[in-house]
Amino acid sequence: MPLPKPRGPLSEELVARLVAAGSISTGSISGGSISGGSISGGSISEDPGSREDAAISLWILYELSYRGYAEVDDALEFDPELIRLRRRLEADLEQRLRERWPGTPAYDRDGTGFAEALFAMIEADDGPSLARYLQKDATADQAIELLKCRSLYHLKESDPVSFTLPRLPVGPRAALAELQYDEYGGGRPERLHAHLFARGLEAAGLDPSEGAYVDQAPLEVLEQNNAMSLFGLNRRLRGASVGHLAAFEATSSLPCRRVAQGLERLGFPEETRAYYEEHVEADAVHEQLAARAICAALIEAEPDTEDDVWFGAWTCLDLEGRIARHLFDRWGVA
Amino acid sequence: MSTEETTPDVVICPGGPLLLRGDHLVQDDEGNEHRTTRPISAVCRCGKSAVKPWCDGTHKVIPAKHRP
Repeated sequence: MPLPKPRGPLSEELVARLVAAGSISTGSISGGSISGGSISGGSISEDPGSREDAAISLWILYELSYRGYAEVDDALEFDPELIRLRRRLEADLEQRLRERWPGTPAYDRDGTGFAEALFAMIEADDGPSLARYLQKDATADQAIELLKCRSLYHLKESDPVSFTLPRLPVGPRAALAELQYDEYGGGRPERLHAHLFARGLEAAGLDPSEGAYVDQAPLEVLEQNNAMSLFGLNRRLRGASVGHLAAFEATSSLPCRRVAQGLERLGFPEETRAYYEEHVEADAVHEQLAARAICAALIEAEPDTEDDVWFGAWTCLDLEGRIARHLFDRWGVA
Repeated sequence: MSTEETTPDVVICPGGPLLLRGDHLVQDDEGNEHRTTRPISAVCRCGKSAVKPWCDGTHKVIPAKHRP
């Protein structure tokens, strides 16, 4: 994918330094040391000029761990200076997310208490609903803007939590693998969810390539994506990663039905609707697995992860609410 | 979760669907047969799903006392 456009002094410097390091795709080993794969010019000293500058910088760094950039050396994924910058930006993001979080709720810990409490928290969440708006009121242009915003995540669907898989104890690991097997198409690429979304974009006349709409993504969308990578790529945050997954899946089935109906109302092609229709059924399964067989089982095996499970779940709802409020503000929807 | 015993193939979710692990043929209340298509499937128990026999999450919008 092409490098995103900088949004301030930090991302300006970051992009320049990534490009300057060259695009040698693999470092060569000579005399026991790996050459290539490092950025030159000392430490990256710029401070982010804004939260948007910080968010796009972190998004750019995280992409090195997913599909990377044609013009950037793959070996830079673990460049010490870039990791140093990533940790600085991650610490800021994590601190902000944790400050927003009200804490683990009190609930009955017997039997299936965790799942019931999680579903109750989600039910009590009164954040604005983009799906409901799309179902009944959105214009085609607004639907297209939403698809572009969603493309950042949906083209990487399930990828962040895949990093969590080897970091889980045996029960939750088996359950997450079972869930991910379905997300990745059960062995059939044509059913892989990210690919279904790409086909839906293409059918709607949009660009299905990764990164096509990053430059148009608002801060809220970048932060939602960065939070998932933060949770997925840091083993210590495995609780938050699966907590986020559970809340994401549990807020998907019914909203996806609404989005599919809205897209039909607006005359979008079948392929675009198919992605959402698939999620009605798939996520009715996944929400149960994620809450019960993954999160509750992780908490049972590793009780220290519990607070982070709740932190991840709550953060999922919070970040989605922020995206909805941003778009409703832009569209003048009360 | 115990890893010593065999994992159940059928799991009843309180207030929600029945999870069915593996490949099965499910007969709905009109006698029609449906083959599972996923590694694990959710079968509707509340009776309100629009994609029966599968769950579509509708149990969450019906009053708690009417949930299975």
